[in-house]
Amino acid sequence: MTQHNALAGPAIQDRPRTLSGRILKVINRTPIHVALALIGLIWLAPTIGLLVTSFRPRSDIQATGWWETLSTLRFTTENYAAVLGAQGMLGAFVNNLIISIPSTLIPLTIASMAAYAFSWVKFPYRDSLFLIVVALLMVPAQVAFIPLLNIFKPLGWTQGYIAIWLVHTAFALPFGIFLLRNFFITLPRDLIEAARIDGSTDIGIFRTIVVPLSVPAIAAYGIFQFLWVWNDLLMALVFVQKGENFPMTRAIQNLLSQYGTEWNLLAAGAFLLMVVPLIVFFSLQRYFVQGLLAGSVK
Amino acid sequence: MLDPGDLVKDQAAIAHKARKPSNVSAERTNWPAALLFFSPAAILLIIFLVYPTLYTIGLAFNRGRQGAFTEWVGLQNFVTLFTNDPNFINLKTFPPSGAIWNNILWIIFYTGFVLGLGLLVATLASRVRYEAVIKAIVFLPMAIAATALAVIWKFVYSPDANTGLLNAILGVIHLGPVSWLGNTAFVNSALIAAGVWASVGFATVILSAALKGIPTEILEAARTDGATERQIFFRIILPMVSLPMSVLAVTLIVNVVKLFDLIYVLTNGGPGSTSRVIAFTFYQEGFASGQFGKAAAVAIVMLIVLIPVMIFNIRRFRQAAVV
Repeated sequence: MTQHNALAGPAIQDRPRTLSGRILKVINRTPIHVALALIGLIWLAPTIGLLVTSFRPRSDIQATGWWETLSTLRFTTENYAAVLGAQGMLGAFVNNLIISIPSTLIPLTIASMAAYAFSWVKFPYRDSLFLIVVALLMVPAQVAFIPLLNIFKPLGWTQGYIAIWLVHTAFALPFGIFLLRNFFITLPRDLIEAARIDGSTDIGIFRTIVVPLSVPAIAAYGIFQFLWVWNDLLMALVFVQKGENFPMTRAIQNLLSQYGTEWNLLAAGAFLLMVVPLIVFFSLQRYFVQGLLAGSVK
Repeated sequence: MLDPGDLVKDQAAIAHKARKPSNVSAERTNWPAALLFFSPAAILLIIFLVYPTLYTIGLAFNRGRQGAFTEWVGLQNFVTLFTNDPNFINLKTFPPSGAIWNNILWIIFYTGFVLGLGLLVATLASRVRYEAVIKAIVFLPMAIAATALAVIWKFVYSPDANTGLLNAILGVIHLGPVSWLGNTAFVNSALIAAGVWASVGFATVILSAALKGIPTEILEAARTDGATERQIFFRIILPMVSLPMSVLAVTLIVNVVKLFDLIYVLTNGGPGSTSRVIAFTFYQEGFASGQFGKAAAVAIVMLIVLIPVMIFNIRRFRQAAVV
């Protein structure tokens, strides 16, 4: 996890000293700037368009495109009020929190423990078992859906949150164990041996040495898992079967099938779904990108 | 469009360099610690991953009414899927159609464009001072739910020129409006374009880090020797990023096999069944039509497609661990 922060990496620049040199350089680089401006536009316009739309009055949305907003300049928060209130998105937002927080913390704990066992506890077939975990990384979730529903339905777990917590936890484990084990084994061996000699138990070593030293890896994994659960539709579609427990992804899917062209509601709903991931992304970008790059380049 | 964690899974497995803890063998088995730390994960993995996988493998050879073992049918589910289900694969027309064919289109065009554009953006951005800004803009869709991406693109693709940006632009040059998602000729291209838009940032970040790993001395030496920018790109940069590129390609292909949310929300596999993909077919057969045996067979096809990646990961991992 020693990768540099790619999003903040410095650009390689060779600066000409003379004025004419600088002007020449600017002209030479014009095509690059134009191309990048175009790329920036293509990647921003769709999202900005929806954001602007979410604040426009319904009548304006139906009359003109969002790019004509400058000629009207009328904004309203009514769309958000409507979608949060009458369309029940506030409840769905709360459901997202109820689903996401345990579905992040439980696998984080269990995967850290297993990763510790795989890196610093000796037991038979340890490395073969770890290869099985690596293999399980590739098992598509769909493979488990039918038998798991057979188990959960009679117990009534799909009517609450237990089913979705359990499946998110189980399917997060292979990646979590893999990522964290690969980080844990890079910790200095001497430190852990010394603690053992001083009489520390494994629980003590795990809590006071391994976890505190692995905060970057644990944070990267936690952020991924949280965003994955927050943004998930498929698992919620199968394992959350009671309307009042639906997360926002399902609520928006319902909005779309009921009011396919009520863009005031859809735009506001989509932004409510996006707001938490965007905050996480901007505030924890370093961990986010680090986790993404973990082991992928070198 | 996906989850970033999922994206990193396999490629982390591939490119990982493990350091095997030495002399563990000198110690004795620490049963209490092993049980305490490993058993919660082991129990969950066995109940919720290993057992269901074995069950589904069995179910694929069964009629599977209500998801239970009712009547053994041998390979019939697979035979039906591949020979008698035009929504799954139809080779009788040209070009072929069906979910499998659409997945192949996705693999070719989605993977190709994401890699190409990712490398382009990474290369261009490395030459300007606002590199970080450009990369953040392109990367942003990675944080957004596929459901929200689907709303964004449904809006861009709206057939109403007063709503949809794309048809408004076409209107300026007196074309359209085109029903991008409602026309069987355009729907798959429109979906793939949205998928590419969502994933280019991922490729950009990975490839940008790889580009920064190229020693500047090599580039400077080439420039001093009079190499053109084109030669530098094709003779130095491209070969040096080929490993991260291939790792990325595998990741993107895995993504395509698991692709579901975007299709489900944007088109629900339609119009008709023109934009179905394999993961959508699984959901459709199992949870909309109640054909659990057939759905299990689809899930097993997904698993089989991913097994080479699984073996590749394990091999890479073992090689790295031995070194």
